Amino acid sequence: MNALLAIPFAVPLLGAAISIVVRQLAVQRVVSFIALATSLAASIAIVATVVIDDSIAVTRLGGWPAPVAITLVADRLSALLLVVAVAMVSLVLSFAIGQRAADERSPFYHPVYLVLCAGIAQAFLAGDLFNLFVAFELLLMASYVLLTLEGTDSQIRSGTTYVVLNVVESTVLLTAIGLIFAATGTVSMADLPARLAELPDGVRSGLNLLLLVAFGIKAAVFPLFFWLPDAYPTAPSSVTAVFAGLLTKVGVYAMLRTETLLFPGGHSTLLLWIAGATMIIGVLGAISHSEMKRILSFHIVSQIGYMVMGIGLGGEAALAATVFYLLHHIPVKTSLFLVQGIIERDTGSTFFRDVGGLARRSGPLAVLFLLPALSLAGLPPFSGFLAKYGLVRAGFDGRSYVIVGVALLASLLTLVSMTKIWTGVFWGDVHPAADAERRGLLRRHPLMSGSAVVLVGGTLAIAALAGPLYAYCVGAGAQLVDPSVYIEAVLGP
Amino acid sequence: MSASLVVLIAVLFGTGTYLLMHRTLTRIVLGVAMLGNGVNVLILATGGRQGEPPIVGREGTTDSVPQALVLTAIVIGFAVVAFLLALAWRNWTISGNDAVEDDVEDRLIARAGADGERPSDVHHHEDVDL
Repeated sequence: MNALLAIPFAVPLLGAAISIVVRQLAVQRVVSFIALATSLAASIAIVATVVIDDSIAVTRLGGWPAPVAITLVADRLSALLLVVAVAMVSLVLSFAIGQRAADERSPFYHPVYLVLCAGIAQAFLAGDLFNLFVAFELLLMASYVLLTLEGTDSQIRSGTTYVVLNVVESTVLLTAIGLIFAATGTVSMADLPARLAELPDGVRSGLNLLLLVAFGIKAAVFPLFFWLPDAYPTAPSSVTAVFAGLLTKVGVYAMLRTETLLFPGGHSTLLLWIAGATMIIGVLGAISHSEMKRILSFHIVSQIGYMVMGIGLGGEAALAATVFYLLHHIPVKTSLFLVQGIIERDTGSTFFRDVGGLARRSGPLAVLFLLPALSLAGLPPFSGFLAKYGLVRAGFDGRSYVIVGVALLASLLTLVSMTKIWTGVFWGDVHPAADAERRGLLRRHPLMSGSAVVLVGGTLAIAALAGPLYAYCVGAGAQLVDPSVYIEAVLGP
Repeated sequence: MSASLVVLIAVLFGTGTYLLMHRTLTRIVLGVAMLGNGVNVLILATGGRQGEPPIVGREGTTDSVPQALVLTAIVIGFAVVAFLLALAWRNWTISGNDAVEDDVEDRLIARAGADGERPSDVHHHEDVDL
C-alpha cells in the first residue's frame, strides 16, 4: 500500500532511463507499454483504495514523519485524473506508433514521452508546492523536447515562444513558492491552510494572485492564452493530442487544488470574469481560423473557461461539475486531435483549402469526428451536455446568471465553429487533389483508427455510465469543499 | 535578509524582465538566466542570515529547507538555459538570424482584417511562406 502512490510516476521514469540506454525502437516500444501499463494498473488500484476506504491515500516517501517527508496525496480528484491521464497517454502512444511519423522513430521520443507521463502523474499526486513545481518542470522539459523534436523551421519558431512563455511561468511559480515559504515557513499543502489564514489579507491575496498567474499561463486562460494556439498546431498530431488533452488540464488541476485548499473563496469574482472572457475569446478565435488543428487548439482555450467557471462558482455542486468536466473534456479533446491526425496522415494537410468531402471517402471517420465534436459543444445525450448542465445548474443555484448566459453563448459558438470544420473538411465534394477512389481511410491506418475508436468509445461510455461517475465526482467535490479532510489525512488527527 | 540581497534580487528581476522584452533570442536567454538567479537568491534569502551553517544546536542557524529547494531550482534552471541555447543555435542555423518571428497564420488573419478596408492588398497573400 505504502509504495502504491509512487508507482504511477516512478515506473515511467525507470522506463525512460532504460529506453534511453537501449535505443532500439522495438525494445523502446515494449518498455514504454510495460511502463505505462504498470502505471495504469497502479492508478486504477489507487482509485479503488480511495473509493473502498472512502478516504485520502497518503504516502510519505522514505518513511519520514509528516512535515519533513516528501508527501504524496491521492484524493478522489487526483486519483480520477491520474487514471484518465495515464490511459490517455497510453492510447496516444499506440496512435503515434501507428502514425509512423518521423518523430516517433527518433531514439529520444520514447524516453521523453515517458518522462512527460511521469511529470503529469507526479503533478496530480504532489502533496507540497515544491514537489508540484518539480513535476511541472519535468513535464514542461519533456514537452519542450517533444514539440521541437523534428527541428523544422515552424517547430523552432513556435517552440521558442512556447519555451520562453513556460519558463516565465515557472519563474513566477517559483517566486510564489519562495514568497509563500518566506511568509509561512512551509510548502506542504496540508500545513499551509492554517498558516496562510494567519497572514494579513493583503499578503494572502498577493500570494494567491501570483499562483493564479503561474497556473493561468499553464492552463491558458484569458489573457495568458496566446501561446497555445500558436504552439500546438506545429507539433506532430500525436504530440498535440496529448498536450491538448492533458497539459493545460494540469494547470486547471493546480488551480482547483490551490483555490479550494489554500485560498478558499479567495478571488472567486475575478475567476468568474476570467472564465467568461476565456470562453468567449477562445471560441471567437476558433471561428476566425480555417485550419482544423488551429480551430481545435482555440477550443481548448474556450473549454478551459468552463472549468475556471466551476472553480470560481465554488461550492460542492460546482466543484463536482468541474471534476466531471475534466473527466469528460480530456478524452473528448484528445479524440478530436486523433481524428485530425488521421486526416493529416492521409491527406498531408488539414487546411480547409486542401481537403474536403472526407465524408464521401470515409463515413466512419466522419462519425468518429462528429460524436466528440457534438459532445464538446455540449449537445445531449453526450457527456459534454451533462458536464455543462452541471455547471449551469450550479450557476443558477448560486444566482450567477451572467456567467451562465456567457457559458451558453460560448457553447452555441462552439457548435458554429464545429460546423465550420464539418463543412470545410467532411462536407461537399472531394477535393480535386485527392484521389476520390481511395476509400476506407480507417482500414488503411488500423492502429491509428483503432486508438481513435477506443477513445471515442470511451467518451460514449462516460455518457452511458454518467450516473456512477457523477456520484464519484460529487464525492470529489465534497472532499474539495472541506479542506480539513485533506489536512487530517496528511497530518493525522 | 540584508538590504544588499534585496537590491540584488531587484536588479536581477529588473534586468531579466527587460531582456525578456527583446526579440533577440540570445537576450531572452540571458534574461531567463537572470530571472532564474533572481528567484534563487530570493529563496535563499528566506532561510535566514547569510554565512551561518544549517546545523542544529549552534548559535544562529539558518533553515536548510530553502537551500535544498534552491539546489533543485538551480539544476532545473541550468537545464532550461541549456535547452534554450540549443534552440537559439538551431534557430540561427535555419533562419540565419536571431529574432523570434511571428506566427504565419496570425499574420494572414491580421492581413485579411486589414484587407477588408484595402482590397488592393489581397494579392500579397502569396508572399507569406506557408
